[in-house]
Amino acid sequence: MTEIEFLSWVRGPGFQIASVIFVFGVIVRLFEILMLGRKANLAEANGSEMSGGVRTIFSRMAPESDTFKRSRFTIVVGYIFHIGLFIVIFLFAPHILLITEVTGVGWSALPTPIVDMAAVITMIALAAVLLHRVKDPVMQYLARMEDYLVWLVTFLPMVTGYLAFHRMGLPAPSLLALHILSIELLMVLFPFTKLMHAFTFILSRWYNGAIAGYKGVRS
Amino acid sequence: MSARLEQAVHALKEQIDAPVASFLSSCVHCGMCADACLFYTETGDPKYTPIVKVEPLRRVWEQEFTFMGQLKKKLGLAKPITDEFLAEWESKVYDSCTMCGRCSMVCPVGNDITYMIRKTREGMAVSGHVPEGLVGATTRAVTIGSPMGVKFPALQAQIKHVEKDYGFKVPVDVEGAEYLCMLSSMEIMNFPEYIGAIAKIFDHAGVSWTLSSKAFEATNSGIQIGVSDIASELVQRIVSEAERLKVKAVISPECGHAYTAIRWEGPNLVGKKFGFKVRHILEVLDELRKEGRLVTEGMEEGRLTYHDPCQIGRRGGVLEQPRNLINMLVSDYVEMPDGGKMNWCCGAGGGVSTIESADEVRLKVFQRKKDQMEAVDAEGLISACSNCRIHIEDGLEEYHMDIPVLSLTETLAEHLVDKE
Amino acid sequence: MKKHITEAEPIGDDDTLGAALRRQGVSRRSFLKFCAATASMMALPPSMVPAIAKALERAKRPSVIWLSFQECTGCTESLTRAHTATVESLIFDSISLDYHHTLQAAAGHAAEEAREAAMRENFGKYLLVIDGSIPVGNPGYSTIAGISNLDMLLETAKGAAAIIPVGTCAAYGGIPQADPNPTGAASVADLITDKPIINVPGCPPIPVVITGVLTHFLTFGTLPELDQLGRPKAFYGQSIHDRCYRRPFYDKGQFAETFDDEGARKGWCLYKLGCKGPTSYNACATTKWNGGTSFPIESGHPCLGCSEPKFWDGGSFYKALSIPTTEVARDALYAGAAAIAVGSALGMKNRASSKQAKAEHQKVSVDDLNKED
Repeated sequence: MTEIEFLSWVRGPGFQIASVIFVFGVIVRLFEILMLGRKANLAEANGSEMSGGVRTIFSRMAPESDTFKRSRFTIVVGYIFHIGLFIVIFLFAPHILLITEVTGVGWSALPTPIVDMAAVITMIALAAVLLHRVKDPVMQYLARMEDYLVWLVTFLPMVTGYLAFHRMGLPAPSLLALHILSIELLMVLFPFTKLMHAFTFILSRWYNGAIAGYKGVRS
Repeated sequence: MSARLEQAVHALKEQIDAPVASFLSSCVHCGMCADACLFYTETGDPKYTPIVKVEPLRRVWEQEFTFMGQLKKKLGLAKPITDEFLAEWESKVYDSCTMCGRCSMVCPVGNDITYMIRKTREGMAVSGHVPEGLVGATTRAVTIGSPMGVKFPALQAQIKHVEKDYGFKVPVDVEGAEYLCMLSSMEIMNFPEYIGAIAKIFDHAGVSWTLSSKAFEATNSGIQIGVSDIASELVQRIVSEAERLKVKAVISPECGHAYTAIRWEGPNLVGKKFGFKVRHILEVLDELRKEGRLVTEGMEEGRLTYHDPCQIGRRGGVLEQPRNLINMLVSDYVEMPDGGKMNWCCGAGGGVSTIESADEVRLKVFQRKKDQMEAVDAEGLISACSNCRIHIEDGLEEYHMDIPVLSLTETLAEHLVDKE
Repeated sequence: MKKHITEAEPIGDDDTLGAALRRQGVSRRSFLKFCAATASMMALPPSMVPAIAKALERAKRPSVIWLSFQECTGCTESLTRAHTATVESLIFDSISLDYHHTLQAAAGHAAEEAREAAMRENFGKYLLVIDGSIPVGNPGYSTIAGISNLDMLLETAKGAAAIIPVGTCAAYGGIPQADPNPTGAASVADLITDKPIINVPGCPPIPVVITGVLTHFLTFGTLPELDQLGRPKAFYGQSIHDRCYRRPFYDKGQFAETFDDEGARKGWCLYKLGCKGPTSYNACATTKWNGGTSFPIESGHPCLGCSEPKFWDGGSFYKALSIPTTEVARDALYAGAAAIAVGSALGMKNRASSKQAKAEHQKVSVDDLNKED
């Protein structure tokens, strides 16, 4: 297979397979979770589940001051790489073209040098996250193979994307193909790993806020 | 797999619902829950990381309710639930968790970890990997009627003292009273002043209330050990009495988990909505205050602070009421850092106070409360949970601190103007 | 990659390239200029210019057989209809083009006889240039004088010193091979594996590239260094994107969104309009076309990537490289619909399993807690 055929494959059948698995997997997982349902609460309510749930979806973005003090590294670096990923994934012109092509929805891109900078910062933050995972006793205690796998499949598209944009190391079609392939890997693994949190965090926060809201507590 | 282990897995399976599935799908192992848990912050030992405590529940969820997990199980790749594993988890699930709910407040993806630990205990209790002290307390609660083995005659003796001291009758088994007042054994045994205090306040405010000779115990070891069947039986005793006496509301005493047991879990445990309301004593008192039925005189001296019992505040929703009442009684009130819904647990809730093997760690993590009090230079501490009070007194003694620990209800009673 | 090719023995001075050029009236000065230009194009040091000149002067006019298969004559047009008479075209004229459908005067049997004669006389020494792909699925799709393209290729290739597939059809299959490839078109390299092959792809290729390859062959008697797609690195070593004068706009993220917007007028990057420059390797951006006048991107049209294999099947010419070439939206909808069905089924199974667990609940009593194992 020549590199251009490799590129054709990842842009064609590869992406097709990956997006089918991604969409299929994510929806199946959400059904698997939501259809379990939960018992109706028979206790007299002291507040609204809905407003508590919706509130917590947003309020969890702003940690309490003590939480911030105690988990400063996790919060700051976590914010950096999440925002960085958002910028790189959703505000880079070529990526928006893809999204627009598939969904019909589009928006304007950030200037490329800003995205480039965001990519570098994101990669540094991700490297710091890995280091934290390896060094911190709690993170180490919690770590499973899956945590490293998830880190890797998040990091790979960043690196390959960066190299592809700057055209370093390999011929351009190979770089672009590897970049797309790494995203396809991410998409395929997404529904079956904790990458799912990108969707389920909304459910979790809602349930958390609803359970507390029912009792009149803002969680 | 032994029958008991099988029953444990089955019990865990029964506990899984959509919130659990979303929580477990969302956890990214960020470790922030550890930073929110006093068992970790005060020991620095990662084994106390809250989310790890729910591992038994997680395994059952993964293996029974996810497609990939079922596949892994079929291929023999899933981590099995064994007796050794549950034995190792016993101290994590019981000794070092007070179900205070602080981790549930900080999880960035919104996991209610406490909700899951409560559920995990359902499996642990059945498996037999459960602390003796908790089994003993539960057994006494069911067979004798109180986890401390207190029977009605003991309460009767306290009632007599109160009647003698105040010169009025304490109502017992009065049909048609507005409120049925519950007590915790700790109040009967350690803080009988509480009984006098409510008698005095209700007399002062002209509240119609009663105690019950058949159901006076508000605490519920069933929800602490994690056996809903037992918890339900204990709640049913109160429900039956409330219905027999035709009261409008049941008052939960100054006890944290009792409030959760009757107010929030109660109807769900017995499987029907209550025909009466359930209120915490502080809610009732604040209501009386609003109605102008409490006339007080004088203020407490010294710089006082308030310790929010987790099950009453963060997990119960009674956060403003104590502060409204304290405003009436304390001139130099100071809020501890993180006071309110983010308050730190005393370290002995959720059944931990009954677990002997947890004594050491319980006192060690009291350091957190000590730091909190020292940060505001408190000269006295008010709370509204006898279990918190006993443990805080214990902790203060351990750390050689001479700070009085007061009951909010009792403090209020002391400041009431005598009836003309 | 370099393979030595037996140099043809010079028969007489008249047969050398130098003599032929002189006959055409090419001055020494413009000849040296050409040599210098060629040297720089092939990234050779200036000190090599005299050597190139000397070698070219003395080189025997090689016999060239040009076979045209499934093609459009565009490649020939590109080479012969140069805007002005250049040294390149004169070099081209100087070879001994013994057989070329379009250009030769002979026709019918006479033409085939010329080919056979050239093969006989220069067996093992002639260059074989091919344009067009070869129908293998059904050889009847393209025949010349009753001979199928495949047979003619195999027969003519036997005595060739080297084969130069000119144009993307001959090099990689090109348009005839595009999906669904009705003729079963194949490239030269698909069929010939025992001869040196120098691919000169492009639709059409740049004229100077073909003469450059010839020059290299004549000068050094070797094949130029080739990339993994068999293209001379000297001409195909850099991507259009890397040499594009619009590259700074790409780097800044300034793109033309349509062919007539402000960006297009300002000459911004054509990435969003489907430019394949980033993945296409050719010399267009440096040598340009029509005597160095311009190249597609300069005239406002995105690069089609015509010098790359499968360029016709790489999705729309007007869709950006980041856009998948398959119908992802449609497939995702189907996948979503299937997922709702499967998810509901799994969800129902979960519900049933949970319900059953609750139904089978064994009441736990204090006795159970106090049970000894």
